[in-house]
Amino acid sequence: MAVITASTPDRVRTLERSAFAGVLTREATLFKRFWRSSAFGSVVEPTINLLAFGFGFGALVSTVAGLPYIQFIGTGMVALSVLFSSVFSGMYDTYVKRLYQRTYDGILATPVDVHELFLAEASWIAVRSGVFGCAPLIIAMAFGLPPSWGMLAVPFIGALTGFGFALMGMWFSALVPSIDSFTYVQSALVTPLLLISGIYFPITGFPQWVQTLAEINPLYHCVNLVRDAVFGWQWSAVGDVAVLAVFGALMAVLAVRSLRTKLID
Amino acid sequence: MAAPSSVGIVTTPPPALVLRAVVKDFDEVRAVDGLDLEVPAGICMGLLGPNGAGKSTTMRMLTGQAIPTAGTIEVLGYEVPRRSKQARARMGVVPQRENLDDDLTVRQNIELWATLLRVPRHERDEAVDRALAAAQLTDRQGSRAVTLSGGMKRRLLIARALVHDPQLVLLDEPTVGLDPQVRGDIWTLIDRLRSEGVTILMSTHYIEEAERLCDDVAVVSHGQVIARGTPSALVAEHAGVEALEVYGPPARLVEVEELVAAQGFSTRRTGPSVSVLRAEALPGSLLDRLGDGVRRPANLEDVFVLLTGERLED
Repeated sequence: MAVITASTPDRVRTLERSAFAGVLTREATLFKRFWRSSAFGSVVEPTINLLAFGFGFGALVSTVAGLPYIQFIGTGMVALSVLFSSVFSGMYDTYVKRLYQRTYDGILATPVDVHELFLAEASWIAVRSGVFGCAPLIIAMAFGLPPSWGMLAVPFIGALTGFGFALMGMWFSALVPSIDSFTYVQSALVTPLLLISGIYFPITGFPQWVQTLAEINPLYHCVNLVRDAVFGWQWSAVGDVAVLAVFGALMAVLAVRSLRTKLID
Repeated sequence: MAAPSSVGIVTTPPPALVLRAVVKDFDEVRAVDGLDLEVPAGICMGLLGPNGAGKSTTMRMLTGQAIPTAGTIEVLGYEVPRRSKQARARMGVVPQRENLDDDLTVRQNIELWATLLRVPRHERDEAVDRALAAAQLTDRQGSRAVTLSGGMKRRLLIARALVHDPQLVLLDEPTVGLDPQVRGDIWTLIDRLRSEGVTILMSTHYIEEAERLCDDVAVVSHGQVIARGTPSALVAEHAGVEALEVYGPPARLVEVEELVAAQGFSTRRTGPSVSVLRAEALPGSLLDRLGDGVRRPANLEDVFVLLTGERLED
């Protein structure tokens, strides 16, 4: 959007607070109605994973990377929870709202531009992911994870990660030919991302080239940050934050650009 | 309902809409082909044309949801698409395809649009109440949108678009797919808006809708405005006063068409009959050979068929 000269009384900013507020109000209203189902998926899945791996696998190995396994997996599950509550919302909800419910056609006829619409929706998903991401941590605490001040950073780590993955899902929603194609995304992308993220086991056991791949996996950096926050910060955290920020910015550009071509003729 | 606009002492308000030589191409297809249209403030303007004439594309260009390939568009004085956001803040858009939030209540649906359309917080409740009342949905405000009938959903779509007292309302085929009596309810609603001085641009392929509601009609065919005027002036100019509908078996209808064409008059098929246009001017000799028929007033459909050779309603 062009910025209108200051002399014009009704100049328009590139990102307007009213546009954001409108989109966020919609999300909040719908969330009030659907928070149970939305929270259920994002919290229960990681919880089951946490308990199953924590006790099942934890019975075989006492410590992983110097941590009791339940604490290792408990902190890792934060990333899984964040990923599930962001990328799938970004893919399915955006696809359904664009093509089935035609919600976006309606919103874009109000004073909301494409980039404001999707950045606002991604921000909402990001906040939600940050909150849901804390669930595994709380459960792990019930199983002996010692509380620490650094844990207060976990929702922010979750939100930063969720922002990028929400936009990645939105980007895919504009690329896929049909809603069934998300199955491919899930098998070919989401599952590998999970396995080379260090959630379930350290990536140090992988060959070097897989470890190099992990360096460009945003989820890996999310896992690192969460473990840092819980067990003690390291300087590498700065790099992790930087990767997640670049990931978010890149996905924002790609998602907005491709959704704009789909929504604006 | 009509907001006192900020034009102040200006006596003749600027036109609500100006489209000049607007072209819109989709890949190989030219949907809008040099469309010119100026709509003065305060009237109900009808875009009359068959499906595929370019009406919906034109509507989408007015909100910046389609970018013209060529030409210029001004909406409420704002150049579109460059300043479409300011224009959108001052207009209400009623889409052809229902896109309500099904799981929210009627009231919540309007409240959301009040936020999106930037009604100040302290005025929101009152604005929503007013929109509910205008669409006669006050009693149903607590119902979920999914439970509404087709007519009520359409009224809710209109109410939602009126919540911020827009200066301009775009209605894309406002009664398509509705029962006749429900259509009447929507017409009443639109007519009230018009009487309040809101500028309305309405696309339709229903003749009766255009004749009843529109102060001015632009006949659109193949992406161009091919005629423009009040419904009665258009009819008088292009289709005369009366049409004579002659009934008979198919062979007879073909014979009638040939007879009439030979004398330089126009006909069009109207279901099981042939309508002979400008019947008031038919010479007696021809009338005798046509035999009995039903005389009816000429209408916009006659105009449309005469001008384009196409039918409006399928």
